[in-house]
Amino acid sequence: MDPKETKERMKIPKQVMPEQDPHERVRNFFEVPYGYTAEQAMEEAKRCIQCKKPLCVGGCPVNIDIPWFIRLIAEGKFVEAAHKIKETNGLPAVCGRVCPQEDQCEKVCIVGKKGDAVSIGRLERFAADYEREHGEVQIPELPRWSGKKVAVVGAGPAGLTVAGDLLKKGHKVTVFEALHTAGGVLMYGIPEFRLPKKIVQSEVEYLKRMGVEIVLNAVVGKLETIDELLSGGYSAVFVGSGAGLPNFMNIPGENLAGVYSANEYLTRVNLMKAYQFPEADTPVIRGRKVVVFGGGNTAMDAARTALRLCPEEVSIVYRRSREELPARVEEVHHGEQEGLKFQLLTNPKRFIGDNDGRLKAVECVRMELGEPDESGRRRPVEMKGSEFCIDADVAIVAIGNGANPLIPQTTPDIKVNKWGNITVNPDTGRTSKKGVFSGGDIVRGGATVILAMGDGKKAADSIDEYLKTGLW
Amino acid sequence: MYEITEKKELAHTVYLFKIKAPLIAKKRKAGQFVVLRLNEHGERIPLTIVDSDNGSGTITIIVQEVGKTTAMLGDMGVGDTILDVVGPLGKPTHIENFGTAVCVGGGIGTAPVLPIARALKEAGNHVISIIGARNKGLLILEKEMRETSDRLYVTTDDGSYGHHGFVTQVLQNLIDEGLKIGFVVGIGPIPMMRAVSNTTKPYNLLTMVSLNPIMVDGTGMCGACRVTIGGKNQFVCVDGPEFNGHEVNYEELILRNRSYMKEEKTAMEELTYHEGPRCYEK
Repeated sequence: MDPKETKERMKIPKQVMPEQDPHERVRNFFEVPYGYTAEQAMEEAKRCIQCKKPLCVGGCPVNIDIPWFIRLIAEGKFVEAAHKIKETNGLPAVCGRVCPQEDQCEKVCIVGKKGDAVSIGRLERFAADYEREHGEVQIPELPRWSGKKVAVVGAGPAGLTVAGDLLKKGHKVTVFEALHTAGGVLMYGIPEFRLPKKIVQSEVEYLKRMGVEIVLNAVVGKLETIDELLSGGYSAVFVGSGAGLPNFMNIPGENLAGVYSANEYLTRVNLMKAYQFPEADTPVIRGRKVVVFGGGNTAMDAARTALRLCPEEVSIVYRRSREELPARVEEVHHGEQEGLKFQLLTNPKRFIGDNDGRLKAVECVRMELGEPDESGRRRPVEMKGSEFCIDADVAIVAIGNGANPLIPQTTPDIKVNKWGNITVNPDTGRTSKKGVFSGGDIVRGGATVILAMGDGKKAADSIDEYLKTGLW
Repeated sequence: MYEITEKKELAHTVYLFKIKAPLIAKKRKAGQFVVLRLNEHGERIPLTIVDSDNGSGTITIIVQEVGKTTAMLGDMGVGDTILDVVGPLGKPTHIENFGTAVCVGGGIGTAPVLPIARALKEAGNHVISIIGARNKGLLILEKEMRETSDRLYVTTDDGSYGHHGFVTQVLQNLIDEGLKIGFVVGIGPIPMMRAVSNTTKPYNLLTMVSLNPIMVDGTGMCGACRVTIGGKNQFVCVDGPEFNGHEVNYEELILRNRSYMKEEKTAMEELTYHEGPRCYEK
């Protein structure tokens, strides 16, 4: 690209993505941002200066050829752009919505050095949505069957990625999913207003049309063990069983009625559709005042979900300050627009219940930041005598997950670390057990959709290699 | 889709179902449970697997109508299908030869006791069983329990059949008679399990109870089923469902199980509004 054109392109302002009015959206579960129009997408795509050595590709955990698909959008070739993305990413409509692009591709974007980075995520979303909405989804041609079958445990982002990639490499894949729906955290965890469930299902449908077999209601370890899969016709197994047991704070009163883990709260509302109770049979306590503990994306998801169930007040209680909030800035911003309150530098001491064992208040204490800890962040320290009570009838604990014990319990030769997470070679996803690979949250302990997908991609490559060479 | 192949009314609003689920039938062990969901709008509820048959590939569950989902299940019949059945979940009962084992079932709790009694018998135990219900009409599985046990005691709260009184009175009598008991399992309503545990505690008899908290996924992911056991938080779905009865915080479990009383009533009203009133008085 000649310097003059580059300069022209740098002048184009970042296109704002229209979104639902905060006062309106806080009363519904419809998606918050509407997505770009075709004109906006083309305009935004023109902001990309088509670097010769694009840093964005390296910033993407699955290495999408970003400049290429953006060029196709700029040329109005939307369907081709979607197909280009799908060469490396099987779930673009999902990633375009939930990836933390500001920490990945967009963080290293050259255009962003002098102004706003190109909105890569929004463009990815646009291309994927366009393809789907215009019925242009194409099933790629698959190579001849290698004669090998692979079992995948868990139909979440890691497992679905492994499945899609292995299929394209000529292997047959069966995915075993414990829940009654495929999608994992995309279905039970991430709320409808951030990731509409019909989009997840159409991505799953795409994989099924490609030939991935998905068996629902199948808890590997209980129904069949990994050894039984390996001796029952599967040449390799990928374990992507996901975030396991929710952590609790182990403070008094945590088992009062009205105290939820974020997993339970979100599962009730997202997967089981409790927001439609009594049309849907699963209830959730809506509450008048809701307190969410934690500062990550899951805490934001839970809090913004609670806001939509109409309580009077929803607050985030976080023990560090605003700067340390691990959640995406966009999520915090959206939450605040919707009326979310923050009690920063605050930590709970105990939950207080009424005579029926239902939550009525949380005793908290103020914190101040002390010396940095091993994570480099300043350690929060209790301020003596600063205890106070927050009225609450619903509390949501969003402080991460421990590892699910089902697979290690039934497959003792798979090595786990002291937290119970499966130990793998990070380059290959190989576990300590021959023929078994793993990735995503069961390995990482708690990360993002795209990192799980990146693990899936790597694992698919090394599974393919293992199937071809038989070498371990 | 999981087909119902057999249905039997065991007592008023208590039904036995056989459901086609060959893999679960092959794998399940005494003490394990399934989670099922009737239809697209359905909730996920846990139910103990009472029996299985490898030949026909079926599992047996026993359900009492207590809320919307169980009432709807009670209306289903042979040939109908259940949308989702997942299992076998939970840890199997720890079975060994304890010498003499006492199996105590209260009300519908006799259903999960039956497979444990069978397994204990197979392991060589001298099995003494005590089953109770509020009245004769609500008593279930008497014949099956009699076949499985070396001795069976039956109690009814109102004296309409068998011993007039509670299962714990019979248990106390056995202890007082000097019977050497190696293992007690008690399953039924929470107050009954608490009473059984309180009866055996002074004698330090190993006593297991099977807990039935509210669950959602049943695989450890949500933590809805957490209960304090010996001062520590445990997830019934992956750490249980059976625990040492002397360590369970029953009061907490009772209160947690009441979390959705209001919503359960709403759901039931909704159902009866559409389908007409139901008679649960007996």
